[in-house]
Amino acid sequence: MEFFKIRKDIPFMRYALVFNVISLITFLLAVFFLATRGLNFGVDFTGGTVMEVSYPQAADLSKVRSVLERSGYTDVTVQNFGGSRDVLIRLPGKANLASATISDTVMEVLHRDDPGAQLRRTEFVGPQVGRELYENGGLALLFVSIGIVVYLWFRFEWKFGVAAIIANLHDVVIILGFFAFFQWDFSLTVLAAVLAILGYSVNESVVVFDRIRENFRKMRAATIPQIIDNAITRTMSRTIITHGSTQLAVLSMLFFGGETLHYFALALTIGILFGIYSSVLVASPIVMWLGISREDMLPAKKATDEADTRP
Amino acid sequence: MNRYPLWKYLLILAIVVPGFIYFLPNLYGEDPAIQVSATRTTKVDATTLSQVEAVLKHDGIDIVRAQRDDKGIKIRFRDTDTQLKAREAVQRALGDNYTVALNLLPATPAWFGWINANPMYLGLDLRGGVHFLMQVDMVAALKKAEERYVDDLRSVLREKKVRYLTVTRLESGGLEVRFRDAAERDKGREVIRRELPELGLVDGQKGNEYFLLARLTEQAMNEKRKLALDQNIIALRNRVNELGVAEPVIQQQGIDRIVVQLPGVQDTAKAKEILGRTATLEIMLVDEEHDLTAALSGHVPPGSGLYKDRRGRPILLKKQVIYSGDNIIDAAAGFDGQGGGPVAHITLDARGAAINQRITGENVGKRMAVVYIEVKSETQLDAKGNPVLGAEGKPVRNRVRVEEVITSPVIREQIGKRFQITGLDSTEEARDLTLLLRAGALAAPVEIIEERTIGPSLGAENIQRGFHSTWIGFAAIGVFMIIYYLVFGVTAVLALGVNVVLLVALLSMLQATLTLPGMAAIALTVGMAIDANVLINERIREELRNGNTPQASIHAGYERAFGTIFDSNITTLIAGITLFMFGSGPVRGFAVVLCLGIITSMFSGVMVSRALVNLIYGGRRKIERLAIGNTQWK
Repeated sequence: MEFFKIRKDIPFMRYALVFNVISLITFLLAVFFLATRGLNFGVDFTGGTVMEVSYPQAADLSKVRSVLERSGYTDVTVQNFGGSRDVLIRLPGKANLASATISDTVMEVLHRDDPGAQLRRTEFVGPQVGRELYENGGLALLFVSIGIVVYLWFRFEWKFGVAAIIANLHDVVIILGFFAFFQWDFSLTVLAAVLAILGYSVNESVVVFDRIRENFRKMRAATIPQIIDNAITRTMSRTIITHGSTQLAVLSMLFFGGETLHYFALALTIGILFGIYSSVLVASPIVMWLGISREDMLPAKKATDEADTRP
Repeated sequence: MNRYPLWKYLLILAIVVPGFIYFLPNLYGEDPAIQVSATRTTKVDATTLSQVEAVLKHDGIDIVRAQRDDKGIKIRFRDTDTQLKAREAVQRALGDNYTVALNLLPATPAWFGWINANPMYLGLDLRGGVHFLMQVDMVAALKKAEERYVDDLRSVLREKKVRYLTVTRLESGGLEVRFRDAAERDKGREVIRRELPELGLVDGQKGNEYFLLARLTEQAMNEKRKLALDQNIIALRNRVNELGVAEPVIQQQGIDRIVVQLPGVQDTAKAKEILGRTATLEIMLVDEEHDLTAALSGHVPPGSGLYKDRRGRPILLKKQVIYSGDNIIDAAAGFDGQGGGPVAHITLDARGAAINQRITGENVGKRMAVVYIEVKSETQLDAKGNPVLGAEGKPVRNRVRVEEVITSPVIREQIGKRFQITGLDSTEEARDLTLLLRAGALAAPVEIIEERTIGPSLGAENIQRGFHSTWIGFAAIGVFMIIYYLVFGVTAVLALGVNVVLLVALLSMLQATLTLPGMAAIALTVGMAIDANVLINERIREELRNGNTPQASIHAGYERAFGTIFDSNITTLIAGITLFMFGSGPVRGFAVVLCLGIITSMFSGVMVSRALVNLIYGGRRKIERLAIGNTQWK
């Protein structure tokens, strides 16, 4: 079985400008949504209380909301979570609600209204912890980016490092844009997924770059765009199959992973799909425009020769 | 050409076989069990075990296995119903002196214990339970310490006959001692430097006024911070024992935070209430003038009260509090210089020392008592055990005082700042006493800043979900690989299987915490690990298409691919390590599995699959076709 019977190189680089314009537009759209709607930060980052309560029958959301409001919790979000019997209650981390005992009093109120209400899960994050997680998240993103650029600089050449990071940060912004547009819950686990995607989609760029480097050695008479085209075409089957496989694993998480992993799996899915696009069709044009040439590849050649002698 | 030397096969076996053995414990599931542990006043020994076994036999409850170790008695049952019945029966029989907790114990056969092979350590989101992060208010602790120093400075200066004007604590922190002239100030400086070396001194002068600014040195402050943290941890440990939790985790995190994890706890309100208690100590004189038996029958003399000691024996104390736990700076267990028996060394602050000196001077030969008091807020329950609702419909909470005399030594001589409590039965008693004294002398308030609670049903559900997503993903990928790459697909899937086994084995050996995101990371690893084999197989196909011989194609495929595989895995590893450094809790669990998964997938994806391929194709001299799928683009 062979899906990719591509005999001739597809001339990708001829359309490099088009690809980059498309990327730029999607990028600007994502930034626009981030700016106007903002991310729906979960309790991990804002502080506050989240409670998952299950009822024996389908829950009446408006009744729950009014019961809570009568007890003084006015700024509360009540929504279904998973089935119709599960309710997610969110209380923001305001000054007078910054206490771990909130969940207990809320549970008492709900219990009095309906004795069948059961607490399945609760999370309380104090304001300082929320702030710390927010800062740490930002720092993590920064460090991963720097780490990747540095590593690629060593392995290949700085132009590749920069191109890869631009392409993959573009991915990250797109994912965040989706989350802003749909106002999906952005929690700590989603951030972990985003960072994992950053590391993962650089893989793609690495595979293509590796091929480009090899082509520089083999295809001596070819022009730069031809080399890149060949590299992308030859690695396309691998790219699509690998992404497809990873997506299979993520799909099973989407369907069977339950609510907690739902947004995590969503972030991964978007990352994987856009990753194919950006790492191949964004990183390579950037590399081309940064002026990659045969001379750049020479010092790296020694490194590859050493790597080739591994078992 | 495609042959591995024998040592490489042996190396692979040496890694895979132990990996498989350490993976096995995870397949055994769990037994519902009860755990009997001792409280402050009792011990768990062989007689307790036989007592428990007798009770269960009497009630007709079958035991699967019973064992006793230094943590207590663990008894396993067939199902959770039996477990609950057993808990009630044992708790009723043993009474309040023991805690009987529900626990789920791994059902691995005992011999695994010899090689230290345990199943993975499940995080709270998979087991159910409560996680608290508590912050010690260090500012309040240091403020209290400085307030004590006001008294200490006053008494020290007075003792050494240095004339001072005032000693005050400044709002911004630090202490200011005012003197009339520079000479007194210099005298004061020398005295303070000698007597209270933990204070750093700075001279100052404002017009006619000469003063000293005293601040705790950085080192002294760190010591006080550590003491405040330790005291809180000790107090929390004592209280958590009361909850009857099987494997609580109470640990320091950073310089001023404490992590408390209570697996299996359902009643979070009760947990928070117990953790939020305040404990104090009060020192009173023993009332030896009046008759104890008369008091027991109801005639308690005015000014005195009946208290119970740790063994439940009654004791009559004079109600006036001489000094309290606030005045105790430190308590440590040690040995008596002269007699050699175990003692507890107590250090008081200036005020406590002054009072102590006066009282002990007047009462040599009499006994004084140290009373441990806990004030807790309890929900009032009616006869049926339901909460009583008050005016606004909210449950009524009462403040209940629990008092216990922990020791009542004889005053041998007049004592002041430092003294010893002797006449203790054993080093354990000395240690327990000092622990209680330190816990009672809490120096800093503590606040819950983060809480995550997972109900047990959700915990079990999460395990199911994580497990399903992983194996369904694995199966889907496996089927695809076999159809697309034929024999080379089979080797890839086998290598992937080895990957998962090794990953789980590593996690079990390291006893790293497995969380729900961690299980997601296992599923993700499966999806990412297949990349290596896809790269290799695609390369082999290409080489074959270019006209290379099968053996050379296999060789070239593995050669070329390794560098790329290595690079791409390193970048994901960078992301994983960063997540580990900056993450906490469940995210950290994810990062750990991701990093370990990358390492195992590099090994299995390249070495194991190559070994399998070499075993199948390596020896053959002439191969017609490689079963790698369509390589001719017809």
